[in-house]
Amino acid sequence: MQERIKAKAIELLESGVCGRVLGWKTGEFFYDVTPAVFESREEIERDFVFGPFCGANLSKYLIAESRKGGKVGAFLKPCDTYSFQQLQKEHRILPENVYAVGVQCGGMCDIDAIRAAGIKGVLDVEEQGDSLLVHTLYGDKSLDRAAALSERCRVCKSKKILGCAELIGEQGEEQPSARFEQVAELEAMTPEERFAFWRGELSRCIRCNACRNVCPACSCEKCVFDNPSSGAENKAPANSFEENLFHIIRAFHVAGRCTDCGECSRVCPQHIPLHLLNRKFIKDINELYGPYQAGADMDAKPPLVNFQADDPEPSVVRERGTNP
Amino acid sequence: MQVNETFKPTVVAFCCNWCSYAGADLAGTNRLQYPADVKIIRIPCSCRLNPLFILRAFQRGADGVILCGCHPGDCHYTTGNYYARRRMTLLFSMLDYLGIERERTRVEWVSAAEGAKFAETMNDFVETVTRLGENRRLEDLRCKSE
Repeated sequence: MQERIKAKAIELLESGVCGRVLGWKTGEFFYDVTPAVFESREEIERDFVFGPFCGANLSKYLIAESRKGGKVGAFLKPCDTYSFQQLQKEHRILPENVYAVGVQCGGMCDIDAIRAAGIKGVLDVEEQGDSLLVHTLYGDKSLDRAAALSERCRVCKSKKILGCAELIGEQGEEQPSARFEQVAELEAMTPEERFAFWRGELSRCIRCNACRNVCPACSCEKCVFDNPSSGAENKAPANSFEENLFHIIRAFHVAGRCTDCGECSRVCPQHIPLHLLNRKFIKDINELYGPYQAGADMDAKPPLVNFQADDPEPSVVRERGTNP
Repeated sequence: MQVNETFKPTVVAFCCNWCSYAGADLAGTNRLQYPADVKIIRIPCSCRLNPLFILRAFQRGADGVILCGCHPGDCHYTTGNYYARRRMTLLFSMLDYLGIERERTRVEWVSAAEGAKFAETMNDFVETVTRLGENRRLEDLRCKSE
């Protein structure tokens, strides 16, 4: 797969279709793969990677890249293409300056999942069909790919590639997913338990803003959290309010536009399950206003800029559930 | 700190200019009683209520926040309250999801002719919030005066 993608990248550059190509290259560690722009054959041959750690969603980078002049090529995994379409819909990406190549994805791995499987001293990971060959300080070990997947890929909602000029690999389909299970578990708790759960999670937030910066939906040029008089521009010591406010508003600002790509949780250095906040909104929207997948349909009206005369009243929140 | 004083909640009521604010006026001119703990903030339309305003109100010491607007279908701007309805439903659901008491937030539709409903709603809401007690789960210690 990596070789096919590299060959395609070189072809795009040399045939003059694109002046530069957006892909991935290895960062400080082999599992720390970062987005990168490639402008020459040499760079691609040397640095371009596509492997089990290319989780980064390149769609957000297309906002800036599509405005720099000239055409940019981009490799997009199925979940990235949802963000790609959503951003086109919001007129954030200029589609005429983008040449998108869809790349089928076998699910992205999480180094922590590999470590949690009891493999220590990991030096490198190699793909071998459905399993991973893990080179470690203590010799090679084999691991089922399913065991190493990140949370978002274990509950993958769709392998469908949308809106791309061409494909590398097979076109996939939407698939049933258990992604709302954890949200449902939380909903079944008492408010006290939920409060304790979220306090435990959100109190770890260091306000690095990585979740905001990586989110394809969070692409405002001016952000409410950059306002120095907002009272929420950085971490408030010994106070829970700032964390609650930041995370509620962050999730609310992308409600109805979040494609559930899971980047927020991937980049969180504190491992806060931020996707659970976004999925709560997605679940509520699906249940209250009918199924909606952001980015799937270029013509569908987003649920929060739409309404029905017989929408449920906000009191449904008070009335539903078993909790007192 | 005062001891043995009965708890007086602070309730913020966001009222739309065209219906509910006039409804509150009517309650006043009709001399209908409702608690003085309700602080009314006039907004141009219920749709103007940014979810951030609600969190801000809690931050600055509110124990309950209520939004009053025109009845669905009667919005002065035709559809504003329909959008507000969706937003508030999702926001309240999220607050509940984070474990914040779901009775602290409410939306009521009050028309300009419903002074009695306004007073009744406020009486009921203040009573509910008083029962819940002080807002602890969404407070900001930086904004506390004590």
